[in-house]
Amino acid sequence: MANAAKPTIRPLSPHLQVYRLPLAAVLSITHRITGVGLTLGMLVLIWWLTSAAYGPDAYDQAMTYIASPLGLVVLLGFSLALFFHLSNGIRHLLWDAGRNFEIGATKRGNVFVIISTLVLTAAAWLLALV
Amino acid sequence: MVEFSLPKNSKPTKGKTHPAPAGAKNTKRFQVYRYDPDTGANPRIDTYDVDMDTCGPMVLDGLLKIKDEMDSTLALRRSCREGICGSCSMNIDGGNTLACLKSIEDCKGDVKVYPLPHMPVVKDLVPDLTHVYAQYASIEPWLKSETLPPASGERLQSPEEREKLDGLWECILCFCCSTSCPSYWWNGDRYLGPAILLQAARWINDSRDEATGERLDELEDPFKLYRCHTIMNCTQTCPKGLNPAKAIADIKTKLVERAG
Repeated sequence: MANAAKPTIRPLSPHLQVYRLPLAAVLSITHRITGVGLTLGMLVLIWWLTSAAYGPDAYDQAMTYIASPLGLVVLLGFSLALFFHLSNGIRHLLWDAGRNFEIGATKRGNVFVIISTLVLTAAAWLLALV
Repeated sequence: MVEFSLPKNSKPTKGKTHPAPAGAKNTKRFQVYRYDPDTGANPRIDTYDVDMDTCGPMVLDGLLKIKDEMDSTLALRRSCREGICGSCSMNIDGGNTLACLKSIEDCKGDVKVYPLPHMPVVKDLVPDLTHVYAQYASIEPWLKSETLPPASGERLQSPEEREKLDGLWECILCFCCSTSCPSYWWNGDRYLGPAILLQAARWINDSRDEATGERLDELEDPFKLYRCHTIMNCTQTCPKGLNPAKAIADIKTKLVERAG
């Protein structure tokens, strides 16, 4: 077409760059990230169980790695991820049942998930260390 | 598809600064997203120092003052200036809302104004809504019925039946919710988004509508409906105080109940 204007590609308006994500949205993406982390952590769990099946030497070696400072940090991260995913997962079950959709309930849920993650993780480590 | 950064042609650059008129004592700084399709240059962020002593209380008042007195090239949609038409929806201070309902005082620091997020921009604060309107048309938002209306001419509802539409009919299609949803950002080509799904719920819940089954059939789709991951941005941003997330959950519940 002779007089057709050159097609302009419209710019995309800013999204993540400008949107101030509410806490619920941050917890939502954290749920996904911890889910991926827990799946990867399963490989470590399998490695640990396999080492136990191999015999005492292999198990001792595995325990040396796990009890090292780096191993403990990974374990702490794994337990935090586990208890976060568990707590937030319960919230998702309630949502799937059609409950807790009001803004107030959502905000209370945020606090519940964070506190429950910290308390359960602390309790697990206390039980393990005592 | 998930893309965290903006395409090259969409990255905003630093724009012009428009100082307040001489003698203005009480000023507020507005930072406004500008895009001029005629030049083809990247969008830019212009700065306006607005004299608050002669300005109305709402962000829309500030934007219209800028357009009237400081820079007439600014483009924005607006009509009713009282939160009933849904035209002036935009991203203000990090959240989506109607400029006419957002008080300038409530903005922390500078008033940052962007178009609705993750949308193609026609000019300045005017996004292209073609796609989202097409999605609205796709749910066939009108009363569908096989039976003839009663002789009196009107299809009546009981107060209880009418009540089921409360929280749904009030939607003004400003699309604050859809454009606040990360799932809609990444999958908006196929996911219908909170605004359209709330509209779908409005017809599914209408006692006079006889196409409930077909409507549910249409929505039973991994993308159209089930890209909702209960992120809750929609409900928290709705300027009318509606609950699109709950409406979506109700549709999901109806599908489960129907499956038995």
